[in-house]
Amino acid sequence: MTTAHEPASDTGAPPAQLTEREQIAQLARATAVASPMAEPAPEPTFAEGVRAYVQRVRAGDIGSLPAVLGLVVLFVLFSSLRPETFPSPINIANLIVQASSIIVLAMGLTFVLLLGDIDLSAGVAGGASAGVMASTISVLGAPWYLAVLAGLLTGLVIGTLIGLLVARVGIPSFVVTLAFFLGLQGVTLRLIGQGGTVPVRDPVIVQIANGNVPIVLGWVLTILAAALYAGLTIRRWLGQRRRGLTRDNGGLVIARAVGVAAALVALTAVLSQNRARVPSIVLAGMPWSVPLIAVLLVVLTVVLGRTSYGRHVYAVGGSAEAARRAGISVPAIRVSVFMIGSTLAAVSGIIEASRLNSVTPGSGAGNQLLLGVGAAVIGGTSLFGGKGKVSNAVIGGLVVATITNGLGLLGQPSYVNFLVTGGVLLLAATVDAVSRRRRSSAAI
Amino acid sequence: MSEPASPTSPATTPLLSLRGVDKSFGAVQVLHGVDLDVHAGQVTALVGDNGAGKSTLVKCVAGIYTTDAGEYSFDGRPVQISGPKDTAALGIEVVYQDLALADNLDIVQNMFLGRERKKGGLLDETSMEELARQTLASLSVRTVRSVRQLVSSLSGGQRQTVAIAKAVLWNSRVVLLDEPTAALGVAQTRQVLDLVRRLADNGLGVVLISHNLNDVFEVADTITALYLGRVAATVRTRDVTSSQVVELITAGRSGDLGAAPASASATA
Repeated sequence: MTTAHEPASDTGAPPAQLTEREQIAQLARATAVASPMAEPAPEPTFAEGVRAYVQRVRAGDIGSLPAVLGLVVLFVLFSSLRPETFPSPINIANLIVQASSIIVLAMGLTFVLLLGDIDLSAGVAGGASAGVMASTISVLGAPWYLAVLAGLLTGLVIGTLIGLLVARVGIPSFVVTLAFFLGLQGVTLRLIGQGGTVPVRDPVIVQIANGNVPIVLGWVLTILAAALYAGLTIRRWLGQRRRGLTRDNGGLVIARAVGVAAALVALTAVLSQNRARVPSIVLAGMPWSVPLIAVLLVVLTVVLGRTSYGRHVYAVGGSAEAARRAGISVPAIRVSVFMIGSTLAAVSGIIEASRLNSVTPGSGAGNQLLLGVGAAVIGGTSLFGGKGKVSNAVIGGLVVATITNGLGLLGQPSYVNFLVTGGVLLLAATVDAVSRRRRSSAAI
Repeated sequence: MSEPASPTSPATTPLLSLRGVDKSFGAVQVLHGVDLDVHAGQVTALVGDNGAGKSTLVKCVAGIYTTDAGEYSFDGRPVQISGPKDTAALGIEVVYQDLALADNLDIVQNMFLGRERKKGGLLDETSMEELARQTLASLSVRTVRSVRQLVSSLSGGQRQTVAIAKAVLWNSRVVLLDEPTAALGVAQTRQVLDLVRRLADNGLGVVLISHNLNDVFEVADTITALYLGRVAATVRTRDVTSSQVVELITAGRSGDLGAAPASASATA
């Protein structure tokens, strides 16, 4: 072995040594072929694909599996306890509208949580942004789009301030956003006045949570979305197979596309039923917040999963030092996630204002933030950073809204609601912490 | 690779060459007239006791520190180094002791971190995965099953492999490895040393910083021993014994080897 490592040749080296050198080079070439990387990646069989997933789950990479199971359990539970009211189309539509603002809030929080930070002010940032929007209409008489823009800008400014304080000054995000949680409530109170409410009557804004998509358009959008998802994933899989890259089993890819399509069709079918309580009117179609969330889901998923910005967010969350050495500006990424988080919080606040037709000084203050963080974490986003998806926020938001909605139908007093939601958040955080330990112990 | 490439032979042009490098931090002079040659296709081991200046020298080579005096030449041409960007442009990559990989990303994502390939504004996963596979195949890596597994699922040796593969991905010509086997078991050390050897066989200039003389004697072609910020000696591995190198590290001289800095620089 030692002779193999001598310098290539020096003056007067015997020719035998040169040939040995060549032999080594040949050996290296031969072993290069033996490397699994030189051959196309084998496609796993259906069973292997399923087994690999089970193994990932057991190693602590559980994703949104507990949330999906929890959602199923909750649906079965509440449907059997309140078979008349809970599974009715009007309640499902109601539940989705209730979940909308939580889902969007959780989507924004996902970005912040991916860095291992927390934004305690997201709820009240949404309230303050909604207050600005409502006041822009009622005081200045501005059209709805300018008012929405003002609301979104409010969120962006709040997020930028928080981000700069955290990333540039170096204050822990917990403290900065706790200060903003208090301060922003003061801002909303000053804007609206003690005990006051600003009504939201603009028809377009009210429509977000209270209007429905025409049934035909709803079906067109649903079929388009299902077909696009199936087409894009299958096209990608075919490309991976052609080039011999790592890929899932083809059957699993098709099964997923069929599953997504079935879920979308089932949802649209339920929401397309007439749910009016009186026979004289027709109330049907998906609420406008559904396509709004769908668009946000697609755009943010692409941003996180398919752009280098998203890749850098994950990298900073996983190892800030590795990201820094790779030439990524860690402070810039940190500022940007707070900007995204608070801007989406503003969207969430506007949806909530639309649902309630008003903005009060307490908007977004109560347990809105707890529900948002809960939705993200229950959905499978890690509190420790580096792990999570935007789609987790959707599933988690539905779980949280189902709990609130179901307990309300059971006639439970609101303290039970607080206790249960708090308990579920704690449970999700426990699952997160335990699975994280499994992940790190599975490493070496 | 086939031309004469021994440090004592004046006919060779080293790929990377430092001459008379001084470096001080305030009043403390850490490097005194250090000479270092790195030849293509060879492993140069950099050995020395704690505080001998190994890390400082590596950071000077990497451009993280600017030198106070001395010449830096690459491919026989003198170059001005004012930062890590300059050395990266020359094709000099450093694999640090703590590997700087993100656990939550997979191998491909880590290898391209900060230098992602894009197509139409979006990440071009296909070409990145292909290139990562080619790089690992060219290094005859057999220990990694799939390039799409998360780094958190890799062993220490596999992580080191990924870190090294990341360094060679960018058409680098010189790779500096800071204690690549420090935290590894026997089998994994074996894998990494094989990989280090293969880097040199692929025509790269490799600098191996190590405390472990077994590793050094196994893969290095030449050894540069630092002693108190000076080059005690630069020797061919096959010309010396392990105990001679130990003496160079601990005393700065061994018999007629090395010692006086003047004689060390005379070989240049």
